[in-house]
Amino acid sequence: MAIELHPLDQFKIEPLIPIHIGGVDASFTNSALLMCITVALASLIVIWGSRGRALVPTRWQSLAEMSYEFIAGMIDDNVGHEGRDYFPFVFTLFMFILIGNLLGLIPYGYTFTGQIIVTFAMAAVVFIGVTIIGIAKHGWHFLSFFVPHGVPFVLLLLLVPIEVLSYIIRPFTLSIRLFANMMAGHTMLAIFAGFVAPLLLAAGAIKAFAVVPLGVDILLIFLELLVAALQAYVFTILTCLYLRDAIHLH
Amino acid sequence: MNEREKKDPLREFGERLDKARAASQGPLGKAPDSPPSTGNALAFGWRVGIELVGAIVIAEFIGWAIDKWLGTRPWGMVVFFFLGVAAGMLNVYRAVTGMGGVVGFRQPSQDSKAPPTKGAGWNEDEED
Repeated sequence: MAIELHPLDQFKIEPLIPIHIGGVDASFTNSALLMCITVALASLIVIWGSRGRALVPTRWQSLAEMSYEFIAGMIDDNVGHEGRDYFPFVFTLFMFILIGNLLGLIPYGYTFTGQIIVTFAMAAVVFIGVTIIGIAKHGWHFLSFFVPHGVPFVLLLLLVPIEVLSYIIRPFTLSIRLFANMMAGHTMLAIFAGFVAPLLLAAGAIKAFAVVPLGVDILLIFLELLVAALQAYVFTILTCLYLRDAIHLH
Repeated sequence: MNEREKKDPLREFGERLDKARAASQGPLGKAPDSPPSTGNALAFGWRVGIELVGAIVIAEFIGWAIDKWLGTRPWGMVVFFFLGVAAGMLNVYRAVTGMGGVVGFRQPSQDSKAPPTKGAGWNEDEED
């Protein structure tokens, strides 16, 4: 009768094809599989969508065009025109996160964006890349980034460490935000889904209450769809803002 | 000549599109430039919350690591706690005043496309 609930089991990484190279576990996992599917799907949407090049777009084509224009507009608004150089990276990042988030919502799927190491790897690439771009564009002048203007020297001793710290924190907050959102949402879904079966097994009229967590879950799915798109958007727009900082240094 | 002939149906289509757009000046016509506000508020709330908490957590971790490295327990954690609070509040302040993630109390250069930044306070002495 007892049903054990493991709402966190959905985040378990399971090796599908075990590969061990010199003591390093490089197995092909469910997480890796979902990432491959995500990349394939994103490529498919863009390549298939741009195949027709019709004036009046088909559904696929407008899907590709909409995502292109969305990111192009975001870069123009937030980075400025020089930001167009980085369009391929930002676009790839957005599509990868968005499709990954959405694929995670399919039952029996896997949410790789709910893994901190995945989001942190992406955030670290953004952080290191942006820092390199800043240094490449401005040389040592880049360090003036951390020195606020018109502040007495004594205060600088306090402000510079704070500035440096708030800069270092960026990749962490960037990755925690996405990971925490996805993990919290999916855990919540699993917990409410876990209420359904025990209620159905309960005696008599209590069975009817199983409808309540089921209804909550249905509502949560809609919320999660929103969160999935939103977090992909937030991750990309913050990438754009960091890029702007690095490019438009004085 | 050929070019012109080709463009005609295009222009006609454009006119029809404009007319259709004007006709649907309802909630749909407005949608593209104003994303759903609930979603935005949700994203913004998350952003601010994580900015504040994340800063303290990471600063504490750095403080702990420094303590472990130099054996200065507990001073690294004490100092970095306050630095983390300050950095977190700074980031929140910047997010709230619309300065984005700008480090340094300066506005981004005045390219027309950059979003308006206001309430920055410390940027009277900009050079260019």
